[in-house]
Amino acid sequence: MNWSVFEGLLSGVNKYSTAFGRIWLSLVFIFRLLVYVVAAERVWSDDHKDFDCNTRQPGCTNVCFDHFFPVSHIRLWALQLILVTCPSLLVIMHVAYREAKAQQHRAARGESYRSRFPHPGKKRGGLWWTYLFSLVVKAGVDVVFLYIFYRFYRNYSLPRLVKCQLPPCPNIVDCFISRPTEKTIFTVFMVVTTCICVVLSLVEAAYLIGKRCRERCRAGTGESRQHSHDCAEPAMGGQVFHGVGYKAPTASIPTASIPTASVPTDSIPTASVPTDSIPTASVPTAPIPTASIPTTSIPTTLPEQEKTPL
Amino acid sequence: MNWAGLYAVLSGVNRHSTAIGRIWLSVIFIFRIMVLVVAAESVWGDEKSAFTCNTQQPGCNSVCYDHFFPISHIRLWALQLILVTTPALLVAMHVAYQQHQEKKLLVMTGHGDAKHLEEVKKHKMRIAGSLWWTYVCSVVFRLLFEAVFMYLFYMIYPGYQMVRLVKCEAYPCPNTVDCFVSRPTEKTIFTVFMLVTSSVCIVLNMAELVYLVVRACARRGHHNSNPSSAKGSFYGHKLSSEYKQNEINQLLTEQDGSLKDMLRRNPSLQEKGDRCSAC
Repeated sequence: MNWSVFEGLLSGVNKYSTAFGRIWLSLVFIFRLLVYVVAAERVWSDDHKDFDCNTRQPGCTNVCFDHFFPVSHIRLWALQLILVTCPSLLVIMHVAYREAKAQQHRAARGESYRSRFPHPGKKRGGLWWTYLFSLVVKAGVDVVFLYIFYRFYRNYSLPRLVKCQLPPCPNIVDCFISRPTEKTIFTVFMVVTTCICVVLSLVEAAYLIGKRCRERCRAGTGESRQHSHDCAEPAMGGQVFHGVGYKAPTASIPTASIPTASVPTDSIPTASVPTDSIPTASVPTAPIPTASIPTTSIPTTLPEQEKTPL
Repeated sequence: MNWAGLYAVLSGVNRHSTAIGRIWLSVIFIFRIMVLVVAAESVWGDEKSAFTCNTQQPGCNSVCYDHFFPISHIRLWALQLILVTTPALLVAMHVAYQQHQEKKLLVMTGHGDAKHLEEVKKHKMRIAGSLWWTYVCSVVFRLLFEAVFMYLFYMIYPGYQMVRLVKCEAYPCPNTVDCFVSRPTEKTIFTVFMLVTSSVCIVLNMAELVYLVVRACARRGHHNSNPSSAKGSFYGHKLSSEYKQNEINQLLTEQDGSLKDMLRRNPSLQEKGDRCSAC
């Protein structure tokens, strides 16, 4: 299981999304997942190995690294990308459920059976609510992760130097983070794309609600009753609707634009999230005297360096 | 998602591009992305581990590396390639939207069989009207991103050159220490190569822009002088022999207004000359 299999699962959702949903999916695949796989992972590949503390005391480096990086950015982003794309799977499952039910009824009652939902992929009835719920969950997950990042890494930035006083470190030792500027740049990039995705999800939710209200108003005033064939109200009991009626134009990206075939994984590096590397939330209390734990990392004020190339 | 996935996404756009656009896409994938993945990444693979400073002071290496290489060439090129190729998706979305509208029209006018719908998918879209503007915008954005990244490279790494030795005095280095960059000559060669291909891509984009503008103006001039030689769109040929304009308009008054706008713009159904919205 890796990103390409996951991507194959999700590309099917394109068919049932609005234009905003397709833009959102493209944004996630290209500006978040692709950037994560081809660039960000390399930057964090040596984060523990090159975390250097100015001491020879064994264990000091490990303890300080664990204190300042409870969960690495890379693992948080992997979790975030998985959780934020999962609600789309709900939509796919709901459509598959509708299609299965229609097939069952057709088998039981013969070909003349007119389905309640002649087009299972149209967002009517329960599927509308599922889709709206998935949008809200996506936006919610992104906001939660933005908050988690903010709590762990103030201002979404990483300093070059942190001072650490945890046992077994003998005194306040300087510890140096590897590639802090590059990591800050990528963190800010991912934060910005996450914010854009949140805005898109909220706009899409507003669009769906607005469209539904408009249809209800039209149906209510009787202005275009001939267009509202496909209002499938669950409260109407076993009433059967047929015909397609009004279809709102939506932009459609050809499904071939989001690749469905799995890519050969041996030549191209892919990421898999090792589930055992995600640290638990337990914080050691007894062995560490609270008075000596610095709660903020002190950004260094480095003297001006001269660049004197040869 | 990786570079192969991006290639799959973008190769669909190829069909609706101009000839220069296709050359540009080939240059991007072969001379930039492929070179980045198979060669450049291995050159920069040990950039941090082999960056050595003449000191045993812990942390001096890290700090000096971070000072002289705020962001690695490889990451900058990856971001540049992603940003430069994504405007093509605007064109893909617009084409998909137009194809959707054409299919709707075919279904409405009774030509909604599988063969006609497949033809809509397969035929090449003419770059005219609003698609022309979308295409031009995408080329302008590509140019802009290329220029911005070339400027960024110049700011971060002046002279586009990688030096062998840098002198560093950042805390905690005890004094001015010598730090040695790994494979500076190889890195300089690849930097110059990527710079040259980037310039070639800029030239191709500018040529494409000029070509689009000249073609649009030529088309307008031709149709102004000869209004009866309007070429219809795909569905115009199919429909104009069977339906009068007022019948189509009648169908359209019952449907979405956007379709009406589209047909009003379509030259064959209006029996007017092809209108170039560009000039």
